[in-house]
Amino acid sequence: MISLVVNGERHKVAAPAEAPLLWVLRDALHLTGTRFGCGRGLCGACTVLVDGRPVRSCQLPVGQVDGRAVATIEGLRRDPQAGTAFAALNAAWIALDVPQCGYCQSGQLISATALLMANSHPDDAAITAALDGNLCRCGTYRRIRAAIHRAAAALAGAHP
Amino acid sequence: MSGLSRRHFLVLAAVSGGGLAVGVAGRPAAARAGAANRLAPNPFVRVAADGTVTVVVKHLEMGQGVDTGLPVIVAEELCVPWSVVRVRQAPADAARYANLAFGKVQGTGGSTAMANSWRQLRLAAAAAREMLCQAGALRLGVPRAAVTARDGAVTHAATGRTLAYGQLVAAAAELPVPQDPPLKDPADFTLIGKEGAVGRSDSRVKSDGSAIFGLDIALPGLLTAVVARPPAFGAVLAHLDDRRAQSLPGVQAVFPIPSGVAVVADDTWSALAGRDALVLDWRDGPPAAGLSAADLSTGAIRDRFQALLAQPGRPARRDGDAEAALATAARRLTAVYEVPYLAHAPMEPLTCTVRLSSGRCEIWTGCQSQTADQAAAARAAGLAPTQVEINTLFAGGSFGRRANPTSDYVVEAVEIAKRADGPVRVMWTREDDIRGGYYRPFFLHGLEAGLDGAGRPVAWRHRLVGQSILAGTSRAATVKDGIDHTSVEGAADLPYAVPNLTVELHSPALPVPVLWWRSVGHSHTAFATECFLDELAAAAGADPVQFRRALLGDAHPRHRAVLDLAADKAGWGMPLPAGRGRGVAVHASFHSVVAEIAEVTVAADGGFTVDRVVCAVDCGLAVTPGIVRAQMEGGIVFGLSAALAGELTLDGGRVAQSNFHDYPVLRLSRMPDIEVHIVPSAAAPTGVGEPGVPPIAPAVANALFAATGRRVRRLPLGDRIQPI
Repeated sequence: MISLVVNGERHKVAAPAEAPLLWVLRDALHLTGTRFGCGRGLCGACTVLVDGRPVRSCQLPVGQVDGRAVATIEGLRRDPQAGTAFAALNAAWIALDVPQCGYCQSGQLISATALLMANSHPDDAAITAALDGNLCRCGTYRRIRAAIHRAAAALAGAHP
Repeated sequence: MSGLSRRHFLVLAAVSGGGLAVGVAGRPAAARAGAANRLAPNPFVRVAADGTVTVVVKHLEMGQGVDTGLPVIVAEELCVPWSVVRVRQAPADAARYANLAFGKVQGTGGSTAMANSWRQLRLAAAAAREMLCQAGALRLGVPRAAVTARDGAVTHAATGRTLAYGQLVAAAAELPVPQDPPLKDPADFTLIGKEGAVGRSDSRVKSDGSAIFGLDIALPGLLTAVVARPPAFGAVLAHLDDRRAQSLPGVQAVFPIPSGVAVVADDTWSALAGRDALVLDWRDGPPAAGLSAADLSTGAIRDRFQALLAQPGRPARRDGDAEAALATAARRLTAVYEVPYLAHAPMEPLTCTVRLSSGRCEIWTGCQSQTADQAAAARAAGLAPTQVEINTLFAGGSFGRRANPTSDYVVEAVEIAKRADGPVRVMWTREDDIRGGYYRPFFLHGLEAGLDGAGRPVAWRHRLVGQSILAGTSRAATVKDGIDHTSVEGAADLPYAVPNLTVELHSPALPVPVLWWRSVGHSHTAFATECFLDELAAAAGADPVQFRRALLGDAHPRHRAVLDLAADKAGWGMPLPAGRGRGVAVHASFHSVVAEIAEVTVAADGGFTVDRVVCAVDCGLAVTPGIVRAQMEGGIVFGLSAALAGELTLDGGRVAQSNFHDYPVLRLSRMPDIEVHIVPSAAAPTGVGEPGVPPIAPAVANALFAATGRRVRRLPLGDRIQPI
């Protein structure tokens, strides 16, 4: 049995230690907001926060997560560390109609949340550095960048 | 908006049983309009007693915005605020939900969703509005003409008395359905065509993880399956040893199916581990099209296609006498353009969930061809089509892959469900997706043109060589006189005035499955025609924009309008520093016209970046301008991914690439600035999902020429142009 803390809740899961966190989240915990895109850590669709850092859950054996705090898209809003940044990003995503097909957006939002937690005023270069590993086939990149700027401004009080 | 989550997917099927099938496109009213607690006068519009309006969308939402653009039409004609609108996906039902551009099948594609729904949904919503107004007038005891519909209510202008729609649905449902209801004057539109009037109906569920895609369906006892498919096109299974796979924990069953070997397990990880543990011996398939399996390589295909380029093909268009005009031209130019096989690679790999029970087959997937997939699933399951229930979910992209005349991935899932011990979801990995065929076909384009002494084109001969998408499919009947129109679209309808013009096609058969890929034939014909036209302009010493304008003349005002708008916004003609260049392309597809101007910077070592793209589009009336912009941006990014880096190569029938490391797609760091300008138009809406794609590759290639003087005629361009 592996002990996991996901979105603040403790779970015990019967899974082989080498099984990727992604499949444990999706198949065992039914947290389906974390998406499968490539299975090789190349696209970012499966990004989650582990101890506050963005991680590709398709590449992380669940055995290595034992006892660490995992946050998925479903739990970010009430996450004590990430909640404020995520709420601002979520509002900006909706205001700017960022998603098209939407499949990559959980991963985009997680990477953006981690960015704003570390850097409250990211410039374009910082945004590129933080999100360059998150692929989007629909081409929502321009709006993603704009939404991160908008969220950062909102957090700074520019947009009450 | 709230309540749009597809987590309630099981409820969606109820739409199929509700309401009455009443014609909206001029067919006689067959019955009265629905149950007493709601107004349901046709297959598309439901007004509930609480005032909410449910719009039934017959198309697949795959990112292109149908779950917003189509409901906006209803909200506008029905005169309700956007906030009361809910969206449901239609069940598979060709009688009620056929794509009017396709005939008697339901499906999404060819950038038709808005164009084929525009009048249908206006009439459907207007009928509901008229019934509500009639009911309101009766209730108020005034003539119909004395009341108006506004903001989800019927108002008597003289007295100000108002009745909300919700209060009127029961009475309205008793009234006959008007067959020719008056449509709103476009001058009175408050939502359609208005910037920022509505947000996407799906933004919320796609920004919090709750949107439901094919892998997210929860069913009791749901199993997961993956398939080991042949490693080379045409290969057949000679031997299977599944002993180790069967012994793994979680693996339920291993069995051959027509497309490969299925591994069914309790969960995804076990299924993948089971597939990895299979010992499979594949043998090469028989020779095809004169190529042995070992010869099925990109180089051999190129050689074979080049040989065909030297021979006349089947005529797709013949104006004047191009051969004679070439023979007497003052100057002749020739060029060969090449484009590779491409995978669609949507972010969501293919998935399909199937539950079979006695006399019933339920399917959940991002379904793009509902009635064709329903019929194919029924054949595979040994059922009647009416026994197959299609639940259309969001698709995490498709770009054409999910609209397959063979229904390959749906049929495969049914084949597995027939033998699995319970409902099963079939998942394709990224490698399965990239190597699974159904590609944009590899094409060679041979072009030859003649200019007169003044630099005017007098002859144009365009010879295309590439596989037919339609041949051998259920839609093969649309291949006329050997011409698959999807092979030559954008080439055979060249808009430029050249008096002697020939377009010829060779369609060699190869055992590599091909399919439409966002913008289909236009994805390669625009590259060849717009690059070659640029070569002619340079040979004539003419400005590329002016050269195009002159050849378009007065016959193509939409082309000229987008060209002029893009040139104006891009600052065409303004000097650029050394090492930078601008390139232009204009192309019509799916009844829309798009011009794009790309700006590139080329470093001394040949490394280049695409800095800026200015796009101008005429898509008729832009119903939701924000979505039109998003589709142009998305089309440019999709086309740029292919232009810069997209390429599948074959070696011995095997695809060399497998995942995003060797089949890269555009990342944020290579994203150019994109500006989209929409030509104001009152004409009926035309396509937007695909027309943004075709011009970007030629615009970039032409910009590289402007910056360096070097022509690049083979895609992908890579990230470096060889310095001169």
